[in-house]
Amino acid sequence: MDLLIFGKTGWGDELFYATLMTIVVAVTAMLIGFLFSLIFTPLKLSNNKFLNFIANTYTTIIRGVPELLVIYLLFFGGSGAIMYVASIFGYNDYIEINAFITGSVAIGIISGAYSTEVFRGAIQSIDEGQFEASKVLGLRKNIYFLKVIMPQMLRLAIPNLSNVWQITLKDTSLISVTGLVEIMRQSYIAAGSTREPLFFYSFAAVLYLMLTFLSMKLINKLEVKYSRSF
Amino acid sequence: MDLDLMLLSLPKLLSAALITLKLLSVSLIVGLFIGFLFAVLRLNKNPLISKFAYGYSYLFRGTPLLVQIFIIYFGLGQIEWLRSTFLWVILKEPYWCAIIAFALNTGAYTSEILRSAFQTIKPGIIEAGKSLGISNKIILYKIQIPVAIRQSLPAYGNEIILMMKGTSLASTVTLMDITGVAKHIVSTTYKPLEVFLLAGGIYLFMTFIIHNLIKYLEKKYSY
Repeated sequence: MDLLIFGKTGWGDELFYATLMTIVVAVTAMLIGFLFSLIFTPLKLSNNKFLNFIANTYTTIIRGVPELLVIYLLFFGGSGAIMYVASIFGYNDYIEINAFITGSVAIGIISGAYSTEVFRGAIQSIDEGQFEASKVLGLRKNIYFLKVIMPQMLRLAIPNLSNVWQITLKDTSLISVTGLVEIMRQSYIAAGSTREPLFFYSFAAVLYLMLTFLSMKLINKLEVKYSRSF
Repeated sequence: MDLDLMLLSLPKLLSAALITLKLLSVSLIVGLFIGFLFAVLRLNKNPLISKFAYGYSYLFRGTPLLVQIFIIYFGLGQIEWLRSTFLWVILKEPYWCAIIAFALNTGAYTSEILRSAFQTIKPGIIEAGKSLGISNKIILYKIQIPVAIRQSLPAYGNEIILMMKGTSLASTVTLMDITGVAKHIVSTTYKPLEVFLLAGGIYLFMTFIIHNLIKYLEKKYSY
C-alpha cells in the first residue's frame, strides 16, 4: 500500500492524474467520434450510391483493421502527412503533433466508425410512418428532424452507444504506446521503477473496472430518462 | 509512395500473418471451451456458481486486453514460487502468455454470447421434445445445441473479427505478428505510411474472409 501514497514516495498522485488523463482522452475521442458519425451517418443513409460507398469504406476499413495499427499509422505517419501538406503551402519546418492529439484523433476515428453504425441502425429502425407523418403535417425539415426523429433515435441509440463508450474507454489503453501518460503508461513507468509489475498492472485493471462500472451507472440513468414512453 | 519497399515487405508481412493466424486459431479454440464452460456455469441454479461465472466475464470484459496481457506476461513472473513450478515453462514464453490472455478474454465474451443464445431458446421447443418422449440428453444435443449455435453465429463472427484485431497486441510483448513485423520494418526504413497501410490491407483481407465464412455458415445452418 505504501506504493500508492500521494506525494514523492508513492505513485498515488501520478496514477490519479493518469486516470484523469484516461477520462479526458476517452471523452475527447468519443466527441471526435460523434463528429465523424455526424458526417458519415447521413452519407450512409443517402440514396446516392457514391456517398454510400464512401461511408461504407470508412466503417469497413476501421472496423476491419486493428486499433493498434490505426494508432501507429497516425502516430508515425501523421506528422509526415501534415508536413507534406504544409510543404505545399511553403512551410518546410519540422512539425510534431503531440501524443494527446494523435491519440484522441486515432481513437476518435475508431469510435466514430462504431457510432456511425449505431446511429444508422437507430434511424433505420424508426417506423417509416413517422417520417411520412411529419411530411404530411408539413413540418419543416429541421424541426421534424429535431422534434420527431432525434428523440426516438436517441432512445434507440443510447444502449448501443454505451457499448461504444466502453470500447472507446478500453481502447485508450493502446495510446500508451505513443508515450501519452494515461493509466497504462503510468503503470508501466511505476512497474519499471519499482519492479512491482503485478501490483501496478492489477491496480490499473482495478482503475479500468472502476471507470467502466461508474460510467455504466451513469449511462443507465440516462437510459431511464430517455426510455420514458411518449 | 515507395512501391519497391511495399513489394519487398509483402512476403515478410505474409509470413507474419501465419503467426497472427496461429495466435488467433489457438486462442479461439481454447476460448470456445472456456466460453462454453462459463456459459453453463452461468446458467447454473446455484447463485454462488453463477455469480462466479458472472464475475469472470465482468472482469475480463471490463478491462482492456492490453492490461490482461501485461498482468500475465510481466506480472505473473514476479511471483517467486510460480517460477519453480512447471507452469514457468509456459509463462516465460511471450507466445503462450499472449495465448492465455487472448483465450481468457475471448472466453469471457464467448460465454456471454452462448449464454444469451441458450436463454433465447423458446421453452416450447424443449417442451415439445419432452412431450414426444425424447431423452434430455438428445434434447440437449439435437435441439438445444444446434439452435444455440445458429443463434450465436452472427455475434460469434463479430467476436472472431474482434479477436483477430486483438492479436495485434501480441506485438507489445515482443511477438512478431503482422503488427510486430510492420513496426520493425518501419523502425528500419522510416516509411510508416507504406508499411502500415500494407499491413492494414492484410488484416482487412482476413476480416473479409472471416466475414464471408460466417455468412456461409449462417446460410448453411439456417432453418
